[in-house]
Amino acid sequence: MRFFFFHLMPYAPLDLDYDKTHKSAWVTLPNSYYDAKLGADLYNRYLDELEYADELGFEGISVNEHHQTAYGLMPAPNIFAGMLARRVKQAKICILGRALPVLSNPLSIAEEFAVLDNVTKGRIITGFVRGIGAEYHSMAVNPAESHARFHEAHDLIVQAWTRPGPFAYEGKYYHFPYVNIWPRPYQTPHPPIWVPSQGSRETIQFAAAREHKYVYLQTATPAEMLFKYMRAYREEALRQNYEASADQLGWSVKIYVAETDEIARREAKPHIEAFVNKFLRMPVEMLLPPGYSSIESMKGVMAAKKTITGGARTIDQLLEQGTFICGSPATVRAKLEEYQHKGGFNIVMAGLHFGTLPAELTRKNMEIFAREVMPHLKDRVPEGYRPIAAE
Amino acid sequence: MAVASAETARREQTITVAGCRIHLLRSGKGAPLLYLHGAGGGGKWLPFMEQLAGSYEIIAPEHPGYGRSDTPDWFDNIHDVAYFYLDLLKALDLDGVHLVGSSLGGWLACEMAVRSTARLASLTLIGSAGLHLKGVPRPDTFMWTPEEAVRGLFHDQALAEKMLTAPVSDDELEWQMKNRFATARLAWAPRFYDPHLHKWLHRIDVPTAVFWGAQDQLIPPVYAERFGELIPGATVRTFEACGHLPQVEQPQAFVAAFTAFVGGAA
Repeated sequence: MRFFFFHLMPYAPLDLDYDKTHKSAWVTLPNSYYDAKLGADLYNRYLDELEYADELGFEGISVNEHHQTAYGLMPAPNIFAGMLARRVKQAKICILGRALPVLSNPLSIAEEFAVLDNVTKGRIITGFVRGIGAEYHSMAVNPAESHARFHEAHDLIVQAWTRPGPFAYEGKYYHFPYVNIWPRPYQTPHPPIWVPSQGSRETIQFAAAREHKYVYLQTATPAEMLFKYMRAYREEALRQNYEASADQLGWSVKIYVAETDEIARREAKPHIEAFVNKFLRMPVEMLLPPGYSSIESMKGVMAAKKTITGGARTIDQLLEQGTFICGSPATVRAKLEEYQHKGGFNIVMAGLHFGTLPAELTRKNMEIFAREVMPHLKDRVPEGYRPIAAE
Repeated sequence: MAVASAETARREQTITVAGCRIHLLRSGKGAPLLYLHGAGGGGKWLPFMEQLAGSYEIIAPEHPGYGRSDTPDWFDNIHDVAYFYLDLLKALDLDGVHLVGSSLGGWLACEMAVRSTARLASLTLIGSAGLHLKGVPRPDTFMWTPEEAVRGLFHDQALAEKMLTAPVSDDELEWQMKNRFATARLAWAPRFYDPHLHKWLHRIDVPTAVFWGAQDQLIPPVYAERFGELIPGATVRTFEACGHLPQVEQPQAFVAAFTAFVGGAA
């Protein structure tokens, strides 16, 4: 099992009673709720936590992108990767990911990633996402063009990384007479591309495609759905005449580990519940703007995500669903073993900070996880494991 | 009379224009009246159509991308659909057409008319989208819940109640989802307008009426005045105690106003 540390950088001091007057922590929550003095300290604390994960021996540390929300304060994750690039010595830096369709110029993303790849001498992992539905409200980008723009931006970026320039890129949405990025990426043929997703069929097919074989990272999903999506990826690979490696499959999950089950549950409860009930809260119109996914996929996601937009959830419900792992080191190890066995993934993107979790508990969580969970599981692989086959 | 009733009978057709199959309602006898529905979709016989079918041949298509019509590969923006309908007028060999558009359909009618009025006899806009007035607040209908979306259409909430309690088939639910997708494609950004349309509305050289509900919550009535200023000779008529769809909320008043407008224009 390979372990990565994931940070979302939520605005933890958020007045959690905001939902008495506002529908969501996204898009329309007035930014007068943000206090810059608190925010400044918070950014530095969060960056320290990412650096600490490097010291603790995680294979990689991860940032991501969200816009105009208290849920995550990294509108431009490459800035954060840039801040980390010169201080983080061992860990890979994962940018999971850039929301390609909502950004105006994919070529500048190709450039930024290439710079990071050079400075870190090949220690970056890039991520390509479409962004959550709310992003299309926030950035005024047409959700009906989301898939088409994503694919085109992806093609442009990969070509910019791999084809000798200058050449012309002639797409429907993006048209560049000169694609000729300086610098070229450090890694050959290009930095790894990971695809985090909530499980849309189109995205799984894209990631699993034989010419891609991108790592698919399932986010924010009950365990049963996770197993289904992991299976869908493997089946798609078989359809394309190859066998997917467990190293192509990952799970992004919030985890809290403490001295005992009882302590873990008590310490995590208010913070994980704030995460799901306050930070993640949004109406379905915000989560799933029309055209964001195909009608068929939309029906499926709507059924699976009723919980996001529905009523408040408790820590017990989250544990029962398997959307959260919490307990003593032995409990957390057993859960991860069970989920790996059932899901067949080899990558764990551990969200060891969530919601309002304070600094001292975050550090304690990271330390116990790094010392009492990771070493025990690092050699454990799913049955029939094989590394990603070279073409 | 038997012959007349056969000719005025309701017909539903599927025709192919520009490689796109669309679903079409036709009824009535007289000068052609092409009705372009709004963002909520078409495909339904509405009382105002029945009333007008005595004097006009009503042609009410579902737009490309909507309801039972195809979503063609070329379906990218409002201009594509406007050209499609100009093609449709030609394909059906219609002349002297009274073009009536509601909301997004009004925007579409404007986009057609600035390109060509050759086959048009008149233009009627009802609560039309297509323009943007800076500083005039409008609701974000893409953020509305399905219930808010229905309530927002009407001044008379009894009509909204009736619509909200009416049974909805699985097909209709699917079409509603499809209609929302199509509307996002055409109108997400810029939101329900074409930044260049205002420059060319002066090209419209057929008699034009601008109808608006005084209590329109989606597009405030100040927009009626702006359309009136930009389209040469356009007359503006406001319906009191009426929301976004005068033709639905006050069919009799709408039919009377339309008949008077077309009669006066002829």
